[in-house]
Amino acid sequence: MAGSTLASPSAEPLDGRLGKQVTPAQEAWRRFRRHKLAVLSCFILLLMGLGVILGPTLWPVAINDIDFSARLAEPSLAHPFGTDDLGQDLLARMIYGGRISLAVGLAAMMVSVIVGTLVGAISGVARGSVDAALMWLTDLFLSLPQLPLLLLVIYLFRDTLKEWVGPEGGIFVLIVVVIGGFRWMPVARLVRAQFLSLREKEFVEAARALGASTPHQVIHHILPNALGPVIVAGTIDVANAIIAESTLSFLGLGFPPDIPTWGRLLYDAKDYLDTSPHWALFPGAAIFLAVLAINFIGDGLRDVLDPRRVL
Amino acid sequence: MGNYLIRRLLIAVPSLLGISIVIFTILALAPGDPFSDLATNPSIPPAVRMALRAKFGLDDPVMVRYLRWLVAMLQGDWGFSLVSRVDVDTLIWQALPSTLYVIGLSQVLALIVALPVGILSAMRPYSIFDQIANTFAFIGFSLPTFFTGLLFILAFSIKLHWLPFVYQAELPYHGWQWLWEQFKQSIMPIMVLGLFQGASWTRYVRASVLDVIQLDYVTTARAKGLRERVVILKHVVRNALIPVVTLVALQIPAIFGGAIVTEQIFRVPGIGSLLINSILANDTPVIMAVTFVFSCLVILFNLIADLLYGWLDPRIAFR
Repeated sequence: MAGSTLASPSAEPLDGRLGKQVTPAQEAWRRFRRHKLAVLSCFILLLMGLGVILGPTLWPVAINDIDFSARLAEPSLAHPFGTDDLGQDLLARMIYGGRISLAVGLAAMMVSVIVGTLVGAISGVARGSVDAALMWLTDLFLSLPQLPLLLLVIYLFRDTLKEWVGPEGGIFVLIVVVIGGFRWMPVARLVRAQFLSLREKEFVEAARALGASTPHQVIHHILPNALGPVIVAGTIDVANAIIAESTLSFLGLGFPPDIPTWGRLLYDAKDYLDTSPHWALFPGAAIFLAVLAINFIGDGLRDVLDPRRVL
Repeated sequence: MGNYLIRRLLIAVPSLLGISIVIFTILALAPGDPFSDLATNPSIPPAVRMALRAKFGLDDPVMVRYLRWLVAMLQGDWGFSLVSRVDVDTLIWQALPSTLYVIGLSQVLALIVALPVGILSAMRPYSIFDQIANTFAFIGFSLPTFFTGLLFILAFSIKLHWLPFVYQAELPYHGWQWLWEQFKQSIMPIMVLGLFQGASWTRYVRASVLDVIQLDYVTTARAKGLRERVVILKHVVRNALIPVVTLVALQIPAIFGGAIVTEQIFRVPGIGSLLINSILANDTPVIMAVTFVFSCLVILFNLIADLLYGWLDPRIAFR
């Protein structure tokens, strides 16, 4: 730029002189890459995600094609994952069910992170009696027996929601809300702890001194800095929500039989374990792989986002 | 310590009340009416239905109904099972021992696995042993209990024929044979639950020992010539266990969740399978009572964790 005066004779424009500039994202990626298993897990999860999204186009077999001649068939070329007791193709069912299982995991994570962040933020900002009340509520929820209550809620509200939103949507909404609604507490605690320490930091104090309103401080200064641990907790929450949904379906109290989530497939398969173990092994392995991959990714993200705990 | 116990007991009361409020709210918000089938029955006049509602107090304000329900629960009047035609508390007392037996032993197993593995991993962080243990821990808590259960049945019952896969509460044996059969039938449920818990506890123990082992007082203990064994067991582990107890206490509800699944897979006649069966049979009084019992158990185990806390760190008990 001609005519611009540099601050001092020795000062030159910085770009291009310090060698490679490292943005925060590159730095994060550098750290994440060191966790080999996390990178591998990302890859596996991406494959699974692509599989359930593109699966129906690549494997256009109907999930409810009944074929009694191929009843309980072992894996073969015609049925790569075998068939169930009605001769329905397991690969197609798993692709369809995987969509639901992964979607429930993501949606329930969203619910728990949003509720948890709200509760944590309110109690971290408000302090005083509001904080005490919200934390009492959090502790109370932490000591609730979650699975029995999940079962109780689903037992009591299943039929009404079915009438409201239709059988598939109703049970989806119910399961997502209930799983998310019983898992927000750790996030709330994390966010509150972050808020309590961040709000005393100098940069927040500076913003306050410049006259920033409380919502402005929270949205522009505190929340972005508090998000690291929340992202880690949210990742692990996806895994937990997938397990929770599969557990419900496995107990026969989740999705109805015509929606073959992975847990539901296991529930149907468990009585045929002696004659056709493949029926149980494929969906079980899918749940295990998804959960393991998500847990490893969470571990890798912890290395990235929580610098105190780096190797 | 006695004083501390009383204080903790007093703190447990409000949480029990809170939980009872949550359960009752869920029940009160739930659609459906216990007399709904009477409404559709043409032979029962509306007046009789109204009289029945009034008799059971269904039209009273919510607060009154809650108090009545709470008093009944506390007095042990838990109602009558609509399906089994017995008192709910008889059903629960029959089922509770199996549940506590399986849960208790599986937690012991989890401790036996988690403590040594976690401590050894932390003593040599990033060694081969640590990495293997860490990988196994990840696999352990990523394998859902229902899948491990099925895998165990497939391997040990169906392929190898070593273990029975149906749990019997009353074994038709006596003496040593009873003990042996009992051991054989309970080994799978206990392993499934214990290994799942042990995997996540291993990571807690490792992280916590790793935090403590680098503190100055540990160096001092080594410097004055104590053997490594004594340093680890007497100086490190006791302090490292304090945060572990907190984390374990937070997991107690999850343990009961796992127990429900395990009982269902192995047909252990505990309160978990009682809950599932009564949900499938729409047996509301049993469902409510079992949920309440689960809540009480969670509170009880939290109390035990608190006492452990006081034992591990006497300063807490005196505060």
